[in-house]
Amino acid sequence: MLGEGIIKGLAETARNFVGSYVDKERLVTVQYPEERLPAKEAARNFPFLVFDGHDPHAGLRCVACQICEKECPPQCIYIEKSMDKKPDYVGKPQFYPKIFDIDISVCMSCQICVEVCPFEAIKMDTEFELSHTDRFAGLLFDKHQLAKSNEYYQKIHPNEAAEVDGHLAAEKAKAEVKAKADADAKARIAAAKTTTPPAAKPTPAPTS
Amino acid sequence: MTLPFAILAVVTLAGAIAAMSLRNLVHCALCLVATFGGLAGLFLQLGAQFVGLAQILVYIGAVAILIVFAILLTRGSESPQQPIVAGRWLMGVAVAALTFGSLMVSIVTSTLISSANGPKPNVAADISVKKIGAKLMTEYVLPLEVVALLLTAALIGAVIIAMEEQARLAPEGSQSH
Amino acid sequence: MIDAFDQIFVLLKHWALGWPFWPESLKPMLSVFLSIVPIMLVFALLFGITTVVERKAIGRIQNRYGPNRVGLPFTDVRLFGFGQFIADGIKALTKEDIVPRAADRVVHFLAPIALIVPVFLAYSVLPYGKNMAPIDMDTGVLFFFAVGAATELSVFMAGWSSRNKYSLLGAMRAIAQMISYEVPLIISTITVVMMVGSLSTVKIVEAQAEYSGQLPHWHVFTPWGLAGFILFLIAAMAESNRSPFDLPEGESEIVAGYFIEYSGFKFALFFLAEYLGMFAISGLAITLFLGGWTAPLAFLSWLPSWLWFFAKLLALISLFIWVRGTVPRLRMDQLMNFAWKFMLPMALINIAAAGLWFFLPAGFDRWAVCSAMLIVPYVLLGRGLMGGKLFTKRTYRYAE
Ligand code: SF4
Ligand code: SF4
Repeated sequence: MLGEGIIKGLAETARNFVGSYVDKERLVTVQYPEERLPAKEAARNFPFLVFDGHDPHAGLRCVACQICEKECPPQCIYIEKSMDKKPDYVGKPQFYPKIFDIDISVCMSCQICVEVCPFEAIKMDTEFELSHTDRFAGLLFDKHQLAKSNEYYQKIHPNEAAEVDGHLAAEKAKAEVKAKADADAKARIAAAKTTTPPAAKPTPAPTS
Repeated sequence: MTLPFAILAVVTLAGAIAAMSLRNLVHCALCLVATFGGLAGLFLQLGAQFVGLAQILVYIGAVAILIVFAILLTRGSESPQQPIVAGRWLMGVAVAALTFGSLMVSIVTSTLISSANGPKPNVAADISVKKIGAKLMTEYVLPLEVVALLLTAALIGAVIIAMEEQARLAPEGSQSH
Repeated sequence: MIDAFDQIFVLLKHWALGWPFWPESLKPMLSVFLSIVPIMLVFALLFGITTVVERKAIGRIQNRYGPNRVGLPFTDVRLFGFGQFIADGIKALTKEDIVPRAADRVVHFLAPIALIVPVFLAYSVLPYGKNMAPIDMDTGVLFFFAVGAATELSVFMAGWSSRNKYSLLGAMRAIAQMISYEVPLIISTITVVMMVGSLSTVKIVEAQAEYSGQLPHWHVFTPWGLAGFILFLIAAMAESNRSPFDLPEGESEIVAGYFIEYSGFKFALFFLAEYLGMFAISGLAITLFLGGWTAPLAFLSWLPSWLWFFAKLLALISLFIWVRGTVPRLRMDQLMNFAWKFMLPMALINIAAAGLWFFLPAGFDRWAVCSAMLIVPYVLLGRGLMGGKLFTKRTYRYAE
């Protein structure tokens, strides 16, 4: 009969109305600043720079190769290379960024910088409470704001970070084996040098 | 002449003059509404509540809307290019003069005025809605029914005209596909 | 004592008018002022509270919290979010007022004023309590509908002057809808006017102020009254553009309808007018069918009359909110078909039923005959309108 559906609908909404007061489980929203939903593994918004260990300067993985700067579609990364070098995680001397700025008001969270970085140095953050009263300087993040520890990375993206860590460790092990082999070779050569004149210069270890 | 009367009269006349002379048709219609409103106010001031409120209900609520719809649905609200005083203005003046004259005659010869040379009785005030209703249902029931019939016929006619157009358009539309 | 409490506002007004320092010539003005200001304040406040309640209730219907943060400024007192409307008001007041360059400035400016004035005028004939009608007009109901009809034009003014196709579409929809639903609205009112024999709102309430035993003689407790009330309520929802009849605003298709080009305080005025229109028409529904300020049971009559009026008003507002949270928006053709093919015939039959009720002798027979007269066409019309359609799973021609 005409109007039956409306009565049914009214009953349904009334049930929801009363239910939401009786049964907290029904409520689909959380009270945000006090309550938070756990972040999802795949969540991402803006990039940050990963450093190993405890010193943001010494442990910074970025080598200022500027690939990400060139690839970023909205051109929101600005990098200046350093003059000197510092050792990277395998101990090889590398450049580091003197200035590394990301304008997060321009960044479109595309993650391309992360995809192209060959050094696992830049990753996506999940931090979203970035509002600021200064809409120019407040949203331009410099190296110090961007640098975050590897532990933090492991916390926000556990699976991804484990994969990256394994990858880096394997590489480091390989580099160590190679360094050892090189050292051995060097030692052998040095030993041989004492008896015979040097045959050839040792080839430098290829950069990984 | 009291102040409310003066205000209402000015609104009515200004609205009427603006409705005649403005370029934009929608503005004209809106000014006409001001005139209707002023007229309704005059009726209310005279104590003729029913007429005044019916004036608002019918003229502002329906006739004005009809006019506005007609303007929008026909040629849009852009202002016309030809001068305002154009063509058959002589005829218009003649019609206006005729209407004015006949109204004048009927008012002057009305029994109300000729009988009220002494203290004027406030006639409108004791015409209550109830009385109007009773009169309409007894003495004037035939005119009322005739008007109702006429309006119904007009309504049905409008529907039929609209339906015919649809019927004529439909086969053309299907052929053109 | 109880009487004094009932009449407290009337007495207060007389007391204020009796102060010796008012010049005699100013007294009528002052009396008008003392009637208008409380009404405007009370209903503006009710508007504010209703917006919050509505958002909370609809939130709960959708299993959300709704606004629950804003309370007293500069403190941690939250008041369950009831400070929200003050914050909203301040925001509306301080926002930039944008007028489109192509807009017709004068008409654009006048439209919200031309809307809010008739809406407030409608409040002048509602009896809020015993002896508490601002004007007891002989033609109160007619006055209400006359000023109600004047709002249609301001809707058109708003829609046309904005020079925006959405606003014009919204205005067209609004006017078409208002005109269509005004017919059943007025026809369902006629039954009451016929029975009471007066257009005066005060007399209509007085006619319902009797009790047989504990039960009041409200019009809604008769077959024609119940049918009239339901028809009136549906038409009232459409008149005040409430969902499911909110096509003129249809956010999903025409953004906001006729007030799309309004911002800041003018927008707030439209919003206010919409809610005030809803309150006014609910007030009229109470007056016509729910016995105005009379108590629902005889032994409850000691409570002040204005309390009953506002209790009924709040109940009707809750009903409006409940329906809004339940029913989705209609389509334009459904809207028109419903008005002309269902509401209008039912309203006309209702007049006949009311006439029969008047002439039949009181008793069970009268009930049976009048109820049958209404229920049978209702069922038949319902069948006929559905056209034997069985609602099955919808199939799509292209979007598979
Ligand atoms: S996420 Fe995309 S837009 Fe943002 S910095 Fe990286 S490459 Fe640029
Ligand atoms: S973040 Fe990666 S890609 Fe960008 S400069 Fe540093 S090392 Fe190169």
